[in-house]
Amino acid sequence: MSGAISGYLVFAWSGVLLFGLGLFGFIVHRHLLRRLLAFNIMGSGSFLVLVGLAQDGRGVDHVPHAMVITGIVVAVASTALALVVFRRWYRASGRTDLPEDT
Amino acid sequence: MIGLWSVPLLFALPLSLGILSLLVVPKWRPRLIFLGLPLLAAASLDVLAGLATVGPTVYRLGDWAAPLGINLVVDGLAVGMILMTTLVTSLCALYAWVYLRDHPSSTTFFWPLLWFLWAGMNGIWLAEDIFNLYVGLEVMGLAAVGMVALRATPQALAAAMRYLLAALLGSLAYLLGVALLYGAYGTLSMAGLQEAATNNATTQVALALIILGLLLKTALFPLHAWLPPAHGGALTPVSALLSALVIKASFYILMRLWLVLGPEVTPEFTAQFLGVLGAGAVFYGGWMAWRQHHLKQLVAYSTVAQIGYLFLFFPLVTNTGPEAARLAWDGTLMMLIAHALAKAALFLSAGNLILAVGSPQISHLVGISRFRPMSLFSFGLAGVSLMGLPPSGGFTGKWLLLHSAILSGQWWWLIVLFLGGLLSAAYIFKVFRMSFREGPQIDRSVTPPLTLDVTALILASVAILIGLTAHLPLHWLRMGSVFGVG
Repeated sequence: MSGAISGYLVFAWSGVLLFGLGLFGFIVHRHLLRRLLAFNIMGSGSFLVLVGLAQDGRGVDHVPHAMVITGIVVAVASTALALVVFRRWYRASGRTDLPEDT
Repeated sequence: MIGLWSVPLLFALPLSLGILSLLVVPKWRPRLIFLGLPLLAAASLDVLAGLATVGPTVYRLGDWAAPLGINLVVDGLAVGMILMTTLVTSLCALYAWVYLRDHPSSTTFFWPLLWFLWAGMNGIWLAEDIFNLYVGLEVMGLAAVGMVALRATPQALAAAMRYLLAALLGSLAYLLGVALLYGAYGTLSMAGLQEAATNNATTQVALALIILGLLLKTALFPLHAWLPPAHGGALTPVSALLSALVIKASFYILMRLWLVLGPEVTPEFTAQFLGVLGAGAVFYGGWMAWRQHHLKQLVAYSTVAQIGYLFLFFPLVTNTGPEAARLAWDGTLMMLIAHALAKAALFLSAGNLILAVGSPQISHLVGISRFRPMSLFSFGLAGVSLMGLPPSGGFTGKWLLLHSAILSGQWWWLIVLFLGGLLSAAYIFKVFRMSFREGPQIDRSVTPPLTLDVTALILASVAILIGLTAHLPLHWLRMGSVFGVG
């Protein structure tokens, strides 16, 4: 039994790890594409937590699957919008990062 | 069930209109408001009538039971927010209909984004579970970012990008919190969480993540850096919508979740800490507003300050006794609604003044009082509510908060309320001083179309009127909450 529990918890913990790595990248990097990639890694991390943690000790649960599918749609849409804004910003300013606050 | 069938229309209608507006030729896109606004107004009033006849209730979408189906909560608070959204968005849409004639490149995508924004907001007001709140936040947030980017200048694009990054980070923190809560309790509904949640490390971490994410989206000091460029730099009707309504959505979630989970789960200092951040926002936002040279940047920093008042809710409602908590609830909602109306009016009339003098600089307003008294009058009326002078919604809200602070013995929040009012007066009168000064700079001004002035004036007048008849909306808003009488 304990093996099964830790099996599911592995997903949740790797999700937390991915979220942390993504957050680190999001804060450290200035290049907007890298920050966007970091955002996607954070997203995958939270999806893993969502699925992994909910199945721990309770068996297969369909609700988090539905939520993750919705979450993936949202993440794809956000990424697409971010890419459009980034491309326009790059064309208008020639920069790949945001100017610091004045 | 009379009246309740129109509940799903509140987001089905704007979504269909958004898709429809993408399908018709661009020339027809603005005209869809003459179809959409009456329909949405009717649906909102019908839901109000439903609330009046059957009382607060939970509407099951398609009659599917949760968690497979979606539960929508129809209580006083939700209906109040819906009516506020309908009023402010309708007037901003009428304003935009005229205003955007001078911005033909922006008008193509403004209208679809407006409908999606509206659908997202109504989804948030009605959602009963924390995951649909997330979906609502994203629909609304992505539409809002698109609207900021409409202007397509480098500054607007940088502001939109900054806004998007902040919104995405906030959403992910929120989503991770939701994942932890679901993992721990196997439920997403607020009522279910209230029953199941216990005070342990998982709940605390989850709630901390959710609160942090929502604070970033609400732009509470010191997480406000994205707000002034995004709100101050957007097209005028967009600024009004974002400042009046969009930031309220994340605060609304925070408020609801706090009443469900907050006091039991968080350490005692959390509520006071949120209040202190709010106080910081009031002082810093007011000070920065006073220092601005651009009119719309001034109004945007005023939003940073006004958000601060809303956060006095948390220390005043937590462990303070039923009477003080009820006053805090009333006062916060009055501040929230008054700010929505007054800030939309302030942004719209500021936009009119900018159109009139052809410059966003406050120093160029010299002598404008002789030419545009009506725009300035709306600006002044909205200013009265923001400063909290009687009789206005802002005054009533502050008065209730003040009573709550005295009743719960937390005198230090009085200082925030008084000094904040003085700071607001300072930046509002800064604009007025320039307008009434006689100078050689201009001897004529452009006359903006009448619709622009009238919409701003209506919003400002309602911000005043709601203060005079405050007991009625406050009575409605309490329905179905823990502060309700029946």
